[in-house]
Order: sequence, then C-alpha cells, then structure tokens
Amino acid sequence: MPKISWRRLAGGGERRWGMLGLAAVVALWEMGHSAYGDFVLPSPLSTLAALGRLASDGDLLPAIVTTMRDALSGFLAATLAGSVLGGLAGRSMPVRAMLQPTATMLIGVPAIAWVVLSLLWFGGSGLAATFSVAVAAGPVVFAAATQGTRTVDGGLRTMARAFRVPLGAVIVDVYLPHVLSYLLPALGTALAMSWKVAVMAELLSGAGGIGDGLAAARAEVDTAKTMAWVIVVVALLLVVDRLVIEPVRRHFETWRRGLPGETA
Amino acid sequence: MSDGALAASGITRGFSGAKVLHAVDLSVPKGGVLAILGPSGSGKTTLLHILGGLLRPDAGHVELPFERPAFVFQDPLLLPWRTARGNVAFGLAGRRLSRAERLARARSMLVKVGLGHSEAGLYPHQLSGGMKKRVALARALVIEPDLLLLDEAFSALDVGLSREMQQLVRLDAQERGVTVVLVTHDLSEAVRLADEAVVLSGRPGRIVTRLSIDRPSRLRDDAFVEEEIRRIAGQEAIRDAFRPTLSG
Ligand SMILES: Nc1ncnc2c1ncn2[C@@H]1O[C@H](COP(=O)(O)OP(=O)(O)OP(=O)(O)O)[C@@H](O)[C@H]1O
Ligand SMILES: [Mg+2]
Repeated sequence: MPKISWRRLAGGGERRWGMLGLAAVVALWEMGHSAYGDFVLPSPLSTLAALGRLASDGDLLPAIVTTMRDALSGFLAATLAGSVLGGLAGRSMPVRAMLQPTATMLIGVPAIAWVVLSLLWFGGSGLAATFSVAVAAGPVVFAAATQGTRTVDGGLRTMARAFRVPLGAVIVDVYLPHVLSYLLPALGTALAMSWKVAVMAELLSGAGGIGDGLAAARAEVDTAKTMAWVIVVVALLLVVDRLVIEPVRRHFETWRRGLPGETA
Repeated sequence: MSDGALAASGITRGFSGAKVLHAVDLSVPKGGVLAILGPSGSGKTTLLHILGGLLRPDAGHVELPFERPAFVFQDPLLLPWRTARGNVAFGLAGRRLSRAERLARARSMLVKVGLGHSEAGLYPHQLSGGMKKRVALARALVIEPDLLLLDEAFSALDVGLSREMQQLVRLDAQERGVTVVLVTHDLSEAVRLADEAVVLSGRPGRIVTRLSIDRPSRLRDDAFVEEEIRRIAGQEAIRDAFRPTLSG
C-alpha cells in the first residue's frame, strides 16, 4: 500500500519533488549561514538583496548581455564545427583517424589553460572568451557527432540507397534523427561548459560580463555579491537550456514515446 | 542483352572467405516474374542484393537496365522516427513532388495494403510484424517501380492477407509491366506469382533446378496451384535441396 502512494506522488508531481529538493538546499544554506555568519555564507535573503542592488545599479543587464554573447557565440561555433567535422569523421575512416587523436588531446587540456592561452593570443577583447569556449566545448560535440554518425543503422542506409534517395534527404531523414539522440545530450553538456568557461575567461580578461563582476566582488571581498553573480549564471543556464535545448529535444524525440524502456 | 531484361551471369560471392554463391546465371525478361527458392542460408538474400545492385559480386556481371528499382527487404527496414505514412513517403524522396502530394500517395498506397487512417499515423514500434511488412511493401509499390525485388515480402502475414498482397503485387506488376524477382520459402507463393523459378542449393548456393510455370498467372486457380506444388515437390533435385534443413 505505501508503495502505491509513493508512486503516485512521484509520478504526479515531479515538479513538486524538484521544488522540495531546492527548498532543502535553501534550508541547508540558511543553516550554514546561522552557523558560520555573514562573511563565509551570507543568508539567502541578503544574497537576494545583493542581486537587487546589482540590478538597480545597472550592472546586471550589461553583464548578462556580455556573458550571453561570449558563451553563446562560442557554443554556436563549437556546435557548428563539432557536428560538421564529427559527421564527416563518422562517415570517413581517414578523417576520423586524423581528427580523433586531436579531439582527445583537446578534451584533455584544462579549460583554464585555454583561457590563459587565448588571453595571450587575443588580448582582452571579447574574442578571447568566445575562442576559449569554442575550443573547450567543440571536442565534446565532435565526439558525440562522430559516435552518432558511426552507429547509424547500416540496413537503413542500404534501404535509402536502394530507393535512390538523394543525399539531402538521407542526411535529414536517416542520419539526423539518430545522430541527434547522441548530439542533444552532448549539446546540453557543452552549453553548461560554455557558460563556465565564458565566466572564467571574463574573470581573467576584465572585459565585462558576469566573470568581470565576480572579479570585482572578490576585490571588494563581498561574499553576498559573489553569490548573487553565481545565482545569475545558474539561472541563465537553466533558462537557455529550458528555452532552447529542451524544446528541440522534445520535438525530435516524439517518436520515442511508447518505445520499450521510455516513459511517455 | 539490351531488351530491358535483368540478366546476371557467373555471379560468385563470398563473405570473409566462405563462398556463399557460386556461378549463378539468371535472366528475367522485362515484365517477367522470377522466384528464387532455397533452404535458409543458401544465399537468396545475398543474390537478391546483388541483382539489385546493392552488393558487388566477387565475380560475374549484372545487367540492370532499370530506372526505378524498389525493394522489400527481409527485415522491413523502416525509419523508427517516421510514421507508417512518413516511411512510405520516404520512398518518394527522390521525386519532384510536393510534400503534400507525397503524403497523399503514401496514404492511398497504405489503404491498398490494408492499413487505414488510424494505422498511417503510427510509428514502426507501434505496428505488428505483419503491418511493418505491409508498410515496407507499400513503400516499394508507391514509387511505381519498373523493377521490384521482394525478399520474403509475404512471410509474416496470415494466409488470407498474404494471398491478398500477392494479388496486389501481381495486378500492379502486370498492369505496368514490372519485372519482379521474389525470394520465398513458400512454394505456393512461387507457383502463384512466378513465370520461372530457380532453386538454390545450400553452401555454396548454386542453381540446382530451374522450373517454369507456363499458365498465365491470372488463370492459376487453387486446383492448379496444388497440382503444380505436388508435381514440383516430387522432383528429386528439390527434395535434395531442401533436405539439409529438414534432417540437419
Ligand atoms: N554481410 C554478411 N557478412 C557475412 N556473412 C554474410 C553476410 N550476409 C550473408 N552472409 C552469409 O551468407 C550466407 C547466406 O545468407 P543469406 O542471407 O543470403 O541467406 P538466405 O538464403 O537469404 O537465408 P534465409 O532464407 O534464412 O533468409 C549465410 O551463411 C550468411 O551467414
Ligand atoms: Mg534471406
């Protein structure tokens, strides 16, 4: 009997459980605050107040715009280059053999090293952040696109060839839906990574953006302000994920509904 | 030969050293129907793929003077992310037709294979095995092929439905002069549809018997089919060819 009511709660109110988890985090945060005091961990409320001050001072919006630009431009470049090259590598052994070791190597380079290098190469311009993001996220996209393209059902390819289906339709109808099931989760990861790397680059370059704000908050030893910026980054990431990636995922995966092992 | 016939000569093919087909010669006149029979694993599917130009023979030559070949594969090979209707329309992807026109043709061809409006919107994983086979058949027929290659296209269907689908293929093929090659385990299917049949032996597959069925296929009634099957099944070579699968 208890089993049934548990299932009903979980199935009926997934969002409610999510809210409960968040509330638990906030409660822990509040407890940490009362244990360690304002300097180490400002209370959720004073963080919100700091956020309000950022907004009213007019610092918030420009920072958001800059960080969006840095993260999304790099993410876009990573997505384009990663999926095109990955698609080619998935289809052609020589291309794969040539690019795979490079991609593996690039994945191994710490993101902060890319930031430092691109600051040396591009100076304090916004390009440094874009480049760091692209080069950090690109290999992740590349790996997923390669794997997706490689594992396309050979039977379906033969079928398309038998019906003399033109290349464009083969890519759209045979390759893309399969590749996307690999690519979309990777794009989610790459997007989160883009945000982190962009903020990191901004922090070091001082050319504006949330990272720059973080650097300022650190210089002022203002923990509440720092936490406020963190909240801004996380909120932005969530909004973009929900607004861009999630609808795409839902659109392309409607056919999976009712597949064994999938929930509706 | 350049009279529009499908012709294959000296077809030999192996997979990783093991020979699957040995020196197969065939020819099907334009508008003719050939059945390929043989025990499981004798290379029927392999031969059909070679005849359709999907697989290169190790030796031998295929003459393939067709513009619009269509396949029904042994596995239905439907796109899992397209509905039944979308899968049938995919056969028309290379044609200069509007999307609406493609879907309309797909829908009416699905009706001909007995799949109505409610099934047309289902995805392959929501269809039964026989329904998938019929979607694959509809995808092949919708392009109005001049060469039709069928790999056990009727095998997942019950007797009545299988007869109906055979009828559909026969009428369509006769009306438009389609050349047909069909692979089957079912002697009655061959006797109903084919003008000629070849029987492959197992390992490596080579042609052991050629049969011809002279009466025009529209005049073959049940009595004739039964009579023919009895006559053919009585032949020594045929019993030999099928023996390995019967007694191990
Ligand atoms: N791609 C492949 N790679 C390796 N071996 C293969 C391949 N395709 C077929 N074979 C082998 O060739 C032989 C003939 O296979 P084929 O599918 O042509 O048989 P079949 O006559 O169609 O059998 P069935 O009636 O069971 O469909 C089998 O032994 C099979 O293992
Ligand atoms: Mg077969």
